[in-house]
Amino acid sequence: MRFRAKIVDLACLNHFSRIINTIAKLAKTCILRLTVCKLYFILSDKVANGGASMWCELSQGNFFDEFQMEGVAAEHNEIYLEFVPENLWRALKTAQSAKAVKIKLTNKHCPCLRVAVELPSLSSSSRVVTHDIPVGVIPRRMWSDFREPSVPDFDVSIYLPVLKTMKSVVERMKNLSNFIVIEANLSGEMNLKIETDLVSVTTHFKDLGNPPWASEDGCQSSAQGRDLESMAEACIDIKKLQQLLAGQQVNPTKALCNIVHKRIIHFILLHEEVSLQYFIPAIA
Amino acid sequence: LSRIGDELYLEPTESGLSLRAVNSSRSAFAAFLFAPLFFQLYEPGSAGPDTELFRCKVHMKSFLGVFRSLPSLEKSVGKCLMLLKPRASRLVLQLHCKHGEYRRGQAQRGPAGTASCPAEPLSPLPPGVTKTHNLAFQECERLQAVFDTQRCASRLCAPARLLAEAVVHFPPTLAEVTLGTGTGGKISLRNYVEDEAEPSKTMVTELWLAEDEFQSVAVAPGSHITFCLKEFRGLLSFAEASNLPLTIHFDEPGRPVIFTLDDTVLEVHLVLATLSDLESSSQSPSTNGVSHLPVPSDDFADDLESYMAAMETSEGCSEGPPSPTFPLRTPQPAKSKPQEEEEEEEEEEEGAVPGTPPAQEGEGWFRSLFFGSVMTPGRPGPATTQEVLAEDSDGES
Repeated sequence: MRFRAKIVDLACLNHFSRIINTIAKLAKTCILRLTVCKLYFILSDKVANGGASMWCELSQGNFFDEFQMEGVAAEHNEIYLEFVPENLWRALKTAQSAKAVKIKLTNKHCPCLRVAVELPSLSSSSRVVTHDIPVGVIPRRMWSDFREPSVPDFDVSIYLPVLKTMKSVVERMKNLSNFIVIEANLSGEMNLKIETDLVSVTTHFKDLGNPPWASEDGCQSSAQGRDLESMAEACIDIKKLQQLLAGQQVNPTKALCNIVHKRIIHFILLHEEVSLQYFIPAIA
Repeated sequence: LSRIGDELYLEPTESGLSLRAVNSSRSAFAAFLFAPLFFQLYEPGSAGPDTELFRCKVHMKSFLGVFRSLPSLEKSVGKCLMLLKPRASRLVLQLHCKHGEYRRGQAQRGPAGTASCPAEPLSPLPPGVTKTHNLAFQECERLQAVFDTQRCASRLCAPARLLAEAVVHFPPTLAEVTLGTGTGGKISLRNYVEDEAEPSKTMVTELWLAEDEFQSVAVAPGSHITFCLKEFRGLLSFAEASNLPLTIHFDEPGRPVIFTLDDTVLEVHLVLATLSDLESSSQSPSTNGVSHLPVPSDDFADDLESYMAAMETSEGCSEGPPSPTFPLRTPQPAKSKPQEEEEEEEEEEEGAVPGTPPAQEGEGWFRSLFFGSVMTPGRPGPATTQEVLAEDSDGES
């Protein structure tokens, strides 16, 4: 099982670091799945995560100048590692002026991702900083725990408002309540509501637009034939929503959410080179 | 100095005013000596044949409170007078302000009918406002750590900026860092992982600096010391701000490391205790010149086949294959010394004594610096052996 990769381009490094920063804000520990073409950051919906789960995928070719991996076996050419994204973020944070960053899977005392940053220096040789990030190797028998989640049978799918606006609204609401209700309909209207003993606050968004979803194998999804004005809602932990929004430093190309009435909200944030899906279950 | 201790020791001497501080576990000591030339006027007072020059200590916070808000002080204060009044038990700090305070005036018609801006002082208060602060002090013994830069085997001198750039790669909360010398004259800095911390959970960061980045390097090969980074950061910011090169004097593990800054009118010493070798030898041997190559080579064992094999057979076990027999110092699972490692050489642990639990504050195995009550010059330094110099009675057993 081998993995080594190298980033030389500063813009790619910067972009990759920002993605890691976003992941670090969403999960304390997560799974890194490596395949020949892609990297995935996965958080499965265990109780420890408050039931939230995440699936983030990016094409390695968009970031790495060199990328070689060899999985556990020829017919299972993948590697699953458990790690703390905050560690990787810290390693990359001070590498923003690096000449090159190499990442390699090693096993000296324990399995680690060794991030070697070559920095420019005034002397003849470059300065090298290495960070050994401990990782846990996930054995093959547990891989089925980390399959890509399917898009739920949603009631309403709607584009999100400008994230910056949504973020500032949610941040203020967070001071008042631990839970937030997101409701939306197929006419492009969305409301963010909080309610406490003393106060209730609702922010209304309209003209957001609803993304068209081609239904698979032609059968009706529960969204079709639905009254356009009728709202689907779910009450979720406001902190999780805030973490998701706070982690977005760059505006995504597309940002939408799918609401399964009173069950779960599925957020999809698409950038040019990376896609992020985040599921927040509804509080009963 | 406030990063080190809560009390500021003031000691006027013939060669200048010395400001000192020590931390509560007596593992860090700093002294700033301002030469008489630094001051417009310097009168240390007179010492009789039997008495010494008066010295005292004050609360750091009270002293700093006088100098709060440096930018506005720089603009308004012309002179600062410090007076030690032993009989009144007061340290007096007087700030003589250059000009009085301004009142906002009304807009005025300037020449050719233009209006002038109302910030001009129309009616300034009389100049020469003096703010006097009286600080209570305590008499104290002379605070002096025992150290001798001449007896240090190794010395490094670097511009403060280099060290600041090096230290930025370590998290701000990191307690201890290990400075070491490797092959090819490279100097390494590495975060120190305590024995109790799980090796499989702690991130290790290591940085190599080339010899030619330093102003001067005179080091014993294969040497290393571990000291508290937090306390060093304070001095580093001062050095950066004053643009002075920093010299690091060190010796064997356990003997204090001394950081010095030198200027025509200022001499700074920071003395930190270092981890002694008994406890640090279980660390990945960075003393060993071979184990850490100047640039991390590509041929360390990245082959995880055997690891995976071990994992598939054991039930949900995430540790590596069992280590070879090696004296365990803690009840934890042993750090597996790599079997198929090509470049690391094992270091013999010479009769390692099983560790005793570390003292509080994560100071771990630091030995206290020896603080004499009054040090007479010419007295030889403490024992050159590794034995504990002076322990806190409530510290390590």
